[in-house]
Amino acid sequence: MSKTLEIRWHGRGGQGAKTAALLLADVAFSTGAYVQGFPEYGPERMGAPITAYNRISDEDIRVHSNIYTPDLVVVVDETLLHSVDVTAGLKEDGAILINTPSSVEEITPMLKGYKGKVYTIDACKISIETLGKNFPNTPMLAAVVAITKVMDREPFIANMQESYEHKFAKKPEVIEGNMKALTTAYDAAAAMM
Amino acid sequence: MGRRDRMSGNEAVANAIRQVNPDVMPAFPITPSTEIPQMVSTFIANGKMDTEFIPVESEHSSMSAALGAEAAGARALTATSSAGLAYMWEELLLAASNRQPLVLALVNRTLSGPLNINADHTDGMGARDTGWIQIYAETNQEAYDNFIQAYPIAENPAVHLPVMICQDGFITSHAVQNIEIEDDEAVKKFVGEREVEEYLLNPGKPISVGPYSVVGYCMEARKAQEVAMENAKDVIIDVAKKFKKEFGRGFELFEEYKTEDADYIMLIMGSAAGTAKQAVDDLRAKGMKVGVLKLRVFRPFPAEEIAKALSKAKAVAIMDRCESYNGHGGPLGMEVMAGLYRAKADVMAVDYIYGLSGRDFTVDNVYDIFAELEDAVKSGKAPAQCQYIGLRTKEGK
Repeated sequence: MSKTLEIRWHGRGGQGAKTAALLLADVAFSTGAYVQGFPEYGPERMGAPITAYNRISDEDIRVHSNIYTPDLVVVVDETLLHSVDVTAGLKEDGAILINTPSSVEEITPMLKGYKGKVYTIDACKISIETLGKNFPNTPMLAAVVAITKVMDREPFIANMQESYEHKFAKKPEVIEGNMKALTTAYDAAAAMM
Repeated sequence: MGRRDRMSGNEAVANAIRQVNPDVMPAFPITPSTEIPQMVSTFIANGKMDTEFIPVESEHSSMSAALGAEAAGARALTATSSAGLAYMWEELLLAASNRQPLVLALVNRTLSGPLNINADHTDGMGARDTGWIQIYAETNQEAYDNFIQAYPIAENPAVHLPVMICQDGFITSHAVQNIEIEDDEAVKKFVGEREVEEYLLNPGKPISVGPYSVVGYCMEARKAQEVAMENAKDVIIDVAKKFKKEFGRGFELFEEYKTEDADYIMLIMGSAAGTAKQAVDDLRAKGMKVGVLKLRVFRPFPAEEIAKALSKAKAVAIMDRCESYNGHGGPLGMEVMAGLYRAKADVMAVDYIYGLSGRDFTVDNVYDIFAELEDAVKSGKAPAQCQYIGLRTKEGK
């Protein structure tokens, strides 16, 4: 059981946290792993706090409950730090990744004394610079892949290129921006490791 | 050879439908089953299948249209959840009594109120006495596999009954997980074509479907349905065996997980069975002899087979994801206990209510229930029946 990597995503409705969790499942799947990616549904509306989950394992995953003691927590919207107990159950030897322009030192006091690793990335800035819009889920996905090492950089980039060529077949003009967002975020996250 | 893939339970069922390519699919959307007709209509629009898709204005109509298509000799299906199933109530009974072998992909969701979209078995259990065969799935894989087996069961001349293929809303329907998808041709070959003996659009042999039945015939028609449901048990087993031979997976009426030497067994249905199996492995590693009986087929109800499988245990937890508001137990608990009584099985049986309206059911919950069973056997004092698992306390915990 300890071989299963458990990730909990906190985001707001419309930011793509669920999509990012499903994309991460796809990435891990393509490495040959057993995966789970699922959202927790409440009264869905734009801006409401949402949770999504991933399990990644080298064995068949049978548990169908939510995740209470994650190895990694991903916060897609830093304003959630005020209202959601994002570090609840987070393993001390685990990590938290937060989308914020603040530094690790600035953000750590918000984490209720969490003693594990803290990573920050300015996914909104990366998104606006590369895509012209605030879609933080793409850079956050890349940062999670860099931190968890579920896939190496080159195959991940190649994998996502292929995925986007399929997904955006009718609007290829957005592929370059998305790839730039991914590589920028991946490299920024890898530099923190 | 099948291929390794990953997809949600809804996508898995939509792909099974694409592979089977039935003649007619009337459907009306309702969360969390909406994706199934949505994906099927996309497959049709993209030329991947040629099922006649009928967008109807309600579930009352989707089941009516499916029933009509079946009576005309077509192979039909629909998908729904929760209030959608409730709105089909009248037609569910008609489908069974008219002996139309149609298939319904049910994505289990609670019924209001309070208004909620999440999983429990209130919808399926509400339809338990409608004369439909009901098969439940633990995983996306089982939902896919069960759908492929549905028509061979339903259309068997000894059965001729409609089949509900059930999976837990969101928990499997919206969770992406690994799956083996079989080759289209292998699935088509396994399912075969419908061989219709009698149908409405046959001027050479006119029949009536659904006419008024006078007192002199109605009870005989009901008895014939009951016989068909009894026959279904062997047919379900036979189809499961053929499926396993062809594709290497699956279970017959239920799965017995480490029950052989188990002192304590949890009987459970649907996605939570996987969580229970993980807990069983953890507890076995600590030396506790525990097991899981995962019920696959709820209708026909394998009462004798279950009683036999449980008879050697010291205590059994029966897990109901549905209330019956009888002050006495959930539907699964009542049926299993009646079976144990008839089989004169001397087993302590405790009914628990869990997972209503999507309340999470965890590995820790399973540990606690097995611990309670062990304490009860040691002290000789049976726990209270129908405890609600994971209920919040006044302090909000």
